[in-house]
Amino acid sequence: MSALLLTIEDVAVELPTPRGNLRAVDHVDLSLEAGRTLGIVGESGCGKTMLSRAVLQLLPKKAKLTGRVMFDGQDLVRLAPERLRRLRGRDLAVVFQDPMTSLNPVLTIGTQLVETIQEHLELDTPAARKRSIELLAAVGIPAPEQRLAQYPHQCSGGMRQRIAIAIALSCEPKLLIADEPTTALDVTIQAQILDLLAREQRRRHMAMIIITHDLGVVAGRADEVAVMYAGRVVERAPTQALFRRMHMPYTEALLAAIPKLETAPHTPLPAISGRPPDPTRPLRGCSFAPRCRYAGPRCHEAKPELKGAEMPGHLYACFHPIRMTERIGA
Amino acid sequence: MLNFVARRLLAILPVLLAVSLLTFLIASLLPGDLAFVILGDQATPENVAALRRDLGLDQPLWWRYLSWLGHVLQGDLGRSFRTGQTVLQAVAERIPVSLQLMLMAEFIGLLIGVPVAIACAARAGSAFDRFMTGSAFAMLSMPSFLTAILLIYLFAVELHWLPATGYVPFTEEPLANLRFFVLPALTLALAEWPGIMRVLRSDMIATLQEDYIALAKSKGLKPSRILFVHALKPSSLTLVTVTGINIGRLLGGTLIVESIFALPGIGRLLVGAIYTRDLVILQGVVLLVACGFVIVNFIVDMLYAVLDPRIRHGHA
Repeated sequence: MSALLLTIEDVAVELPTPRGNLRAVDHVDLSLEAGRTLGIVGESGCGKTMLSRAVLQLLPKKAKLTGRVMFDGQDLVRLAPERLRRLRGRDLAVVFQDPMTSLNPVLTIGTQLVETIQEHLELDTPAARKRSIELLAAVGIPAPEQRLAQYPHQCSGGMRQRIAIAIALSCEPKLLIADEPTTALDVTIQAQILDLLAREQRRRHMAMIIITHDLGVVAGRADEVAVMYAGRVVERAPTQALFRRMHMPYTEALLAAIPKLETAPHTPLPAISGRPPDPTRPLRGCSFAPRCRYAGPRCHEAKPELKGAEMPGHLYACFHPIRMTERIGA
Repeated sequence: MLNFVARRLLAILPVLLAVSLLTFLIASLLPGDLAFVILGDQATPENVAALRRDLGLDQPLWWRYLSWLGHVLQGDLGRSFRTGQTVLQAVAERIPVSLQLMLMAEFIGLLIGVPVAIACAARAGSAFDRFMTGSAFAMLSMPSFLTAILLIYLFAVELHWLPATGYVPFTEEPLANLRFFVLPALTLALAEWPGIMRVLRSDMIATLQEDYIALAKSKGLKPSRILFVHALKPSSLTLVTVTGINIGRLLGGTLIVESIFALPGIGRLLVGAIYTRDLVILQGVVLLVACGFVIVNFIVDMLYAVLDPRIRHGHA
């Protein structure tokens, strides 16, 4: 077992809103080893993006962050701004959801690559350009030299995401956070981008966090999956174990909500009924209880703690876990 | 890019034509016949009729417009019947003054407005931001004659640092020329910077919320590079527009400031022409100033394309 690269310890994020404080992330603990992949899955507003912003220290100014984010032996929450800046882009890189808005529209692709490289590596401009061309070629951009002089709007969405990935990879980061990297892309491009990320990750031995609302994205790509709901991690397990035997009803509901090819036409999707709880009004019991078909009286009274299942490394927060014994293999 | 320039140039032709028509109509519709103005009270009807014939005033309006436009296109904007000076001569004499005043005023205005806007946007909502936004608002509501008088009182009367009024051409005494221009340019600039600052500040605050700024931060770029390279350029479109409008406005001279500081610029030429009913000068100067305005705005359009590649490539 290699050393832990990232540990998120008891991280909570509160955002002040006119209706009171919004608890976007509710005491989350996660960890990641070097070279491994963690998938964070949950529906919109579950706090997964806020959690990633907390790791990157890119939260809105008014947000209140507590807990520790230990990265490579340093607590990012308490790191001096200048040291944090030297870390970002070099050891800690990110790919955002929407490549249409994450690249600067008035700077050439070359500028946006070269500035990152020259900020962190001691390279003169010709060398940085050469490295940029290699990076663009590595992420599958045809005619990379010509691309350097182009602007983002001259490239398609898939191209732009490849460019954003090239920027993220430019200084060989130890950890790449991909925040819904394929959500804004065409379905045919999605698999290409995910495969590209997986390939580059293996090649560079870098750790990766994939944030997504789609369990299908992390299946087969992540080593471990954390399912988030209402700001909390509600189930966490090695990917294989999770898909073989999920314990949390919410995880099951998420999986059921993915359309499947083999279902007959016009079958309604088993969508999760109701809405996530109002994050400014925390519930006393389990936050999924109002939408859960297994919920009993106890679920509305007390919050289930994250606890271990029979499989090592598998944690879940539920009083009525499913598939504990009845079935093996899904 | 050439295509873009050509399209823009074609688009300003009808604008220039409309400007010439409006200028001509305004001058023609002013009460008082030019022949009466020239001949004075003692004119006999025969003399007036003869002069009207000589000046072509007996022709229909559309014919007079076409013949005037024809002359204008050949570079002949007419001649003052009082001084005998041509419009072009009169303007050529005055334009350096107004141009210099405009350039210095815009320069000082941008010099104050842009850094303050960036500093405010970088710390939006801070005490500094609130103080500067408030000061800008106060400045905006101060009329230029008041600013001028206060500046004269402080820098000319009390401190004796700068002359209150007067003018020498730059080519004769450069230093003295600049000293004469400091107070009038500062007066104008103090009215300009609040607009510059408010526009750029709000655009910068919007830009700083963009995903690409978050990405720039996550790339570990220096805060100064994020502000000046990543945020300033995409935020400056409105600023360029405002500056263009200011420049166009100041090109036409500034009545009050030129009068207070006794600067012989376009503004005073126009006032003189109005008082003496010198319609030829009036019409010619208004036309030239309007054309200048159109050309400045054409340059602004070009600058958009320089600032935003999406406009250059016809995407936005």
